[in-house]
Amino acid sequence: MKVILKNVSLFHPAQKIDEKGIDILLTDGVISKIGKIKAEEISGAKIFDLTNKHIVPGFFDMHVHLREPGREDEETVITGCNAAANGGFTGIACMPNTEPAIDSAEIVTFIKEKSKDHLVDVEVIGAATLDRKGEYISPMAELYEAGAVGFSDDGVAIKTAGILKRAFEYSKMYNVPIIEHCEDETLAGGAMNEGINSTMLGLPPIPSVAEELIVIRDIMLAEYTGGKIHIAHISTKKSVEMVREAKRKGIAVTSEVTPHHFTLIDDSLKSYDTNLKMNPPLRTRADIDEILLGLQDGTIDCISSDHAPHSAEEKEAEFEHAPNGITGLETQVGLALTELYHKKVITLEQLIEKMAINPRKILNLPVPSIEVGQIANFTILDLNEIFTFDISKSKSKSKNSPFDKRLLTGRAIGVINNCKLFYQDEFLIL
Amino acid sequence: MPLSSRHLLGLQGVPKEDIQLILDTASTFREVLERPIKRVPTLQGKTIVNLFYENSTRTRISFELAEKRLSADSINFAVSASSVSKGESFKDTIKNIEAMKVDMVVVRHSAAGTPLYLTNISDANIINAGDGIHEHPTQGLLDMYSIREKLRKIEGLKVCIVGDVAHSRVALSNIYGLKTMGADVSVCGPSTMIPRNIEDLGVKVIYNIDEAIQENDVLNVLRIQLERKAREYFPSIREYAKYFGITEERLEKNGKDILILHPGPINRGVEISSGVADGLHQIILKQVTNGVAIRMAVLYLLGTLN
Repeated sequence: MKVILKNVSLFHPAQKIDEKGIDILLTDGVISKIGKIKAEEISGAKIFDLTNKHIVPGFFDMHVHLREPGREDEETVITGCNAAANGGFTGIACMPNTEPAIDSAEIVTFIKEKSKDHLVDVEVIGAATLDRKGEYISPMAELYEAGAVGFSDDGVAIKTAGILKRAFEYSKMYNVPIIEHCEDETLAGGAMNEGINSTMLGLPPIPSVAEELIVIRDIMLAEYTGGKIHIAHISTKKSVEMVREAKRKGIAVTSEVTPHHFTLIDDSLKSYDTNLKMNPPLRTRADIDEILLGLQDGTIDCISSDHAPHSAEEKEAEFEHAPNGITGLETQVGLALTELYHKKVITLEQLIEKMAINPRKILNLPVPSIEVGQIANFTILDLNEIFTFDISKSKSKSKNSPFDKRLLTGRAIGVINNCKLFYQDEFLIL
Repeated sequence: MPLSSRHLLGLQGVPKEDIQLILDTASTFREVLERPIKRVPTLQGKTIVNLFYENSTRTRISFELAEKRLSADSINFAVSASSVSKGESFKDTIKNIEAMKVDMVVVRHSAAGTPLYLTNISDANIINAGDGIHEHPTQGLLDMYSIREKLRKIEGLKVCIVGDVAHSRVALSNIYGLKTMGADVSVCGPSTMIPRNIEDLGVKVIYNIDEAIQENDVLNVLRIQLERKAREYFPSIREYAKYFGITEERLEKNGKDILILHPGPINRGVEISSGVADGLHQIILKQVTNGVAIRMAVLYLLGTLN
């Protein structure tokens, strides 16, 4: 079928495209013309008027928990992909802390198979060690061959420096990164950031240094082995400083931050709302300030959601007993636009780099290009729409978000990929 | 003048007037406790549930007695900690109890914030009888009551909380309450048991017990919970007793009168030497009686608010 996207602002920093008033003709999901298109010349085309809307390369979230296999009551590959599409993503990478963990080629294939007909591309991060236990490295070659694009023990750091060294050395053969949840397990186990708030709330603390110790360990081992390290959900001031310094020295380190870690601080925990419980925990204003600098100067390469669905029954518990994590696929674009773009922390160009280009580069995936002959892989943005996030309209199977009823400025209103279109709750096969 | 809140979740943010009112009301009930017939009809017809998710004998009995003295109907609901995570969820339990039409819930729980959570799912007045390492407001109130009873004032006094401050709900409630009432508060204990940033609460930190004795009018000595994780925070009981224990020699060396409180039961020879403990018997027993009066005051003031 033919589709005309009318009067769009086309923006692709990697291709140096920044044009207004452009029409795009898609024929069966493939870009067949970019320029001025007279609608009457194209018979039977479906026309979308995208005046004042931006078309940018499809967003990619490299840190998503799909919960399948194992906890299909919380999320499945399909519901997670639906949430991703609804949130403005055309691709995601799913993390290996499933039950069982993604430590065999069969599970990689299983997830690939489940997602193959979806609009959203699903890439798989394999476990770095067997069952994520940190004892023996996983069959990385087989995982890679089945399609894994990175390795992580996700949820925990790789247990020992010895195993991490081996993981770096082995994964180097395939040039894929080790993605680390940085937390020293001997300092872990608390429920919130250590500081005056943890004292006042009587909640067991997690010191910021628990993250920083592993960040520096990982950077040093990446430098020593020549492996690639990606620091997941960076959350402290010192971590950002150490990554900045490591990049300056030319070490192969990249990092990501979640919207909640640049939006919320640990003061908000006074409500004991378990939807504010995550790991790493919410930190302080000083940490956010450094994170914003890191986003500006490129120390932080990506914005990732760490989308972590949990059932209401599990979250409806005492704070100390509730599981860590919040959903994030559908609030991420809105929060990034509201907190970063509109507050002039980063430019639209930087935002697209961090949400569409860098995550794919880190995982050695092709960045979608907007040119005739290519399959359309777009995110459609309305930068100025003011809307209230409503969790009841979420496509995720779980509703554990602290951002329900939050007013946001800027929204992803549609996505196009794999010859499918999802625009303002309308789904079309192109 | 009534209390400004219909729950007692902690002493953080509780205004001076409220604390004053509770302490004054407790004085009246203290007098009732000296009568031959120790019962008043004040809460007749009210139903109170004592919901204890954590083992407690003294606090539970104290509340239970206070409820009986006020002629309330009370129900004890004790849940072993092991069944918290499995089986009937906490919310379901509360909804069940709620369906029995209770007016007030006294709750003890190992997880901080549970009393606040209860206020979201129940219409009853909620009284915190200790939540994790967060607060234990009636203990804080009874400590202040005991100080006021003995020294006739709280304002301007120098009070030091001694021991495992980091893992004590009594410490935080004391700090909040005493500071509101105008006392000068410090903490003393091994540095591993003093929370990071505690100075931000306007509290001085002292690592030397002799200095703490010299500088203060009151020592509130916390119980070292030998059965719990506390042991990981100092090398040995001997070392704790040697450097932080309150002994006769230490008190004599200092020479001045100092009021010592202890929430009991004492680990003799650990935080307080046996000799000092013997001398303290009276005040510690008084604290127990005062505890009943304080809990009567809190139950009365909240129970007659609606």
